[in-house]
Amino acid sequence: MVLIGLPFVTDSRSFLMMLTQIFIFAVFAMSYDILLGYTGIVSFGHCMFFGVGAYSVGVMMNEKGAAIGSLLLAILIGMVLSALLSYIVGMLSLRLKSHFYAMLTLAFSGLLLVLAEKWRSVTHGNDGFTFQVPELIKDRTVLYFIALVIMVLVYLGLRRFIHTPVGRVLQAVRENEQRTESLGFEIVHYKVLASIVAGITASLSGSLYVLTLRFVNTTVFSMDMTLNALLMTIIGGVGTLIGAIIGASIIEFAHHWLTELAKFHPIFERWIIFFGLLYILVVLLFPAGIVGTLRSKWHKYRKARPQDTDPSGVSTESESQGKKVNVS
Amino acid sequence: MDPILQTEGLTIAFGAYTAVDDVTLAVPRNHFKSIIGPNGAGKTTFFNLLSGQLKVTQGTVKFKGQDVSALPPFARTRLGMGRSFQITNVFPKLTVLENVRLAVQSQAGVRFHMLLHYRSRRFRVFEEGALHLLDMVLLGSRRDTLAMHLAHGEKRKLEIAMLLALQPDLLLLDEPTAGISLEEVPAILEVIRRIKSEGDRTIMLIEHKMEMILDLSDSITVLFNGKLLADGTPEDIMNNEMVQTAYLGGLYDDAVASQGHADVY
Ligand SMILES: Nc1ncnc2c1ncn2[C@@H]1O[C@H](COP(=O)(O)OP(=O)(O)O)[C@@H](O)[C@H]1O
Ligand SMILES: [Mg+2]
Repeated sequence: MVLIGLPFVTDSRSFLMMLTQIFIFAVFAMSYDILLGYTGIVSFGHCMFFGVGAYSVGVMMNEKGAAIGSLLLAILIGMVLSALLSYIVGMLSLRLKSHFYAMLTLAFSGLLLVLAEKWRSVTHGNDGFTFQVPELIKDRTVLYFIALVIMVLVYLGLRRFIHTPVGRVLQAVRENEQRTESLGFEIVHYKVLASIVAGITASLSGSLYVLTLRFVNTTVFSMDMTLNALLMTIIGGVGTLIGAIIGASIIEFAHHWLTELAKFHPIFERWIIFFGLLYILVVLLFPAGIVGTLRSKWHKYRKARPQDTDPSGVSTESESQGKKVNVS
Repeated sequence: MDPILQTEGLTIAFGAYTAVDDVTLAVPRNHFKSIIGPNGAGKTTFFNLLSGQLKVTQGTVKFKGQDVSALPPFARTRLGMGRSFQITNVFPKLTVLENVRLAVQSQAGVRFHMLLHYRSRRFRVFEEGALHLLDMVLLGSRRDTLAMHLAHGEKRKLEIAMLLALQPDLLLLDEPTAGISLEEVPAILEVIRRIKSEGDRTIMLIEHKMEMILDLSDSITVLFNGKLLADGTPEDIMNNEMVQTAYLGGLYDDAVASQGHADVY
C-alpha cells in the first residue's frame, strides 16, 4: 500500500529510481533463490541470463526503434534465449556432480562477457550504448509501477510454482538427491526445469534493468551481478522468496548510501568491503538469513508447529511436544 | 510361476576388490528371503546392485522377467522395486507428512505438474494417503515434525512408510533394526510382520538378529566375502556345516537359545 502511494507523495526522483531498482533486483534475487534456495543448485554465472535479457532489449531498441511492440518482443526474445541457454547449460552439467554446473555457468557467463566486448558492431563493446525507450516508459513513475507490478507478479508466480507438485519435488532434490531419485523422480529433469525457470526470470529482470538506465554495457555480464544475486539471496534468507526481496532492498539501500557517503570519504567507494562486513554481520546474527532466522524465532515464540518449508530447521521436536502438552 | 527376481553371475569389483562375486539367485513371488553374512560380506552392495545404486561389473539382474541391469534407480522403482537404506535416508528438513506425501505423489505418477497448488482438491488425496500410511507405521501423531527431529526408530518407520507408498512388489529392507534402541525393535518387527501378512509382496531382508530372521523367513541366503555361500530354508541353513564353520559359529547357539524363549517378542 505504502509502495503504491509513494510516487504521489515523494518528488525525489532518485529515491523513486532506487526503489525501482530494488524491485528489479528483487526479481533477479528471487530467480537465483529458485536455484540456490529451493533446488540447492549453486550457480556462479547467473548474470548471463540477466545480461541476455538486458542486451535483447538494448539491441532491439537500438536497431528497431523504441516501440512498445518491439520492446515486448525484445523481452520475449531475451526470455526464449535464456531458456535455451539454461537448457543447454543444464543438460550439459546437471547430470554431473553439482560443482560442474557452477563451473559451467561461470565459463558460459565469461564467454558471453567476451562476446559482448568483442562484437562491437552490435554491442559497442565495453563502452556500451544508450538507446531510446518507448515514450510511455520514459516516465519514471510509470516505470516504477511497472517494476512494482512485475515484482509482485513474479513473487506470486514463483510462490505458486514452489507450491506445485513439481516445486515440492525441487525442495526434495535440495534435501536429498539420492532419496528423491529412489522415490521415482528423475532428478536431472527437475534441476534443468529449475534452471530454466530461474533463467527466464533473471532475463526479465535484466530487461527491466536496462530500461531504467536506457543504457547497456558489459557490466550486466560481470561477476558483480552474480555476486549481487548471491548476497541478496543469502542475506535475506535462502529458500524464502520474501527473503530475496528483503535482501535486494538491503543491498540496494546500502549501495545507495555508500555512494552518498563516498562524497565525504573515498573509503566508501570500496563498497565491496562494506558488503563483506554486512555479509559477515548477517551470517553471525541471522545464520539462516534474515527471513529464515526471524521466521524460526517467530515459531519458537508462538510455540507453533514448524513450517515445512522452514530452511533453517531451528524449530525443534521438543517444541512441538511442548505445544501438545500446552494444549492438553 | 516365474521368479520375480533373478540374478545371474552378479559381480561388482571396486578396483581389485570384488565385493559381490558371481552371485546367482532366484526369488519367487511373495516370498520372504533373508540375507545374512558377517559385516563386509557384501550384503548392502548386493542390494545396491539390485536397486541400481551401483552398476554391475558383470552378470545380470532380472526383475519380473526383464533385464534391468542397465536401468537407473528411479526406473527400477517405477517397475516395482522399493528399497530401504541401512543408513536412514529421509528428507531431514521436510516434515514427516511431506516425506511420505512426496512418495505418494510419485506413485500416483504426478511428476511434472506445475500449475495447481499441491494441496488443491485434486492433489489432496496424496496427503490423505500419506496420513493413512503414517498411521499404519504408528507415526500419525508426528506428522508435522521435521524428519530430522525424529528418534532413530521413528525414522526407520518413516522410511518404511515411504517405501510402502510406492506400492512395491519387491521390498528390499537393509537392516531395519540397525542402531535402534531395543525397546523400538518390536515395533519395527510388528510393522514388517504386518507387511508380510498382507501376502502380496516379495520381501528381501538383511538382518543380523537371528531370531527375527528365523521367525519371518521362507528362505535364507548366506553371503560370505561377496560369494554366495548357501541358500535354502531356515532349517537347511541352520544345519549347514559350511555355514556354521564359516559364519554362524557361536551365533548358531545364540539363535537356538533365543528360539527357546522366542515369546520374548
Ligand atoms: N562404493 C564402494 N567403493 C569401494 N568399496 C566398497 C564400496 N561399497 C562397499 N565397498 C566395500 O565392499 C565390501 C562390502 O560392503 P557392504 O556391502 O557394505 O557389506 P555388508 O553390508 O555385508 O556389511 C566392504 O569391504 C566395503 O568396504
Ligand atoms: Mg550393510
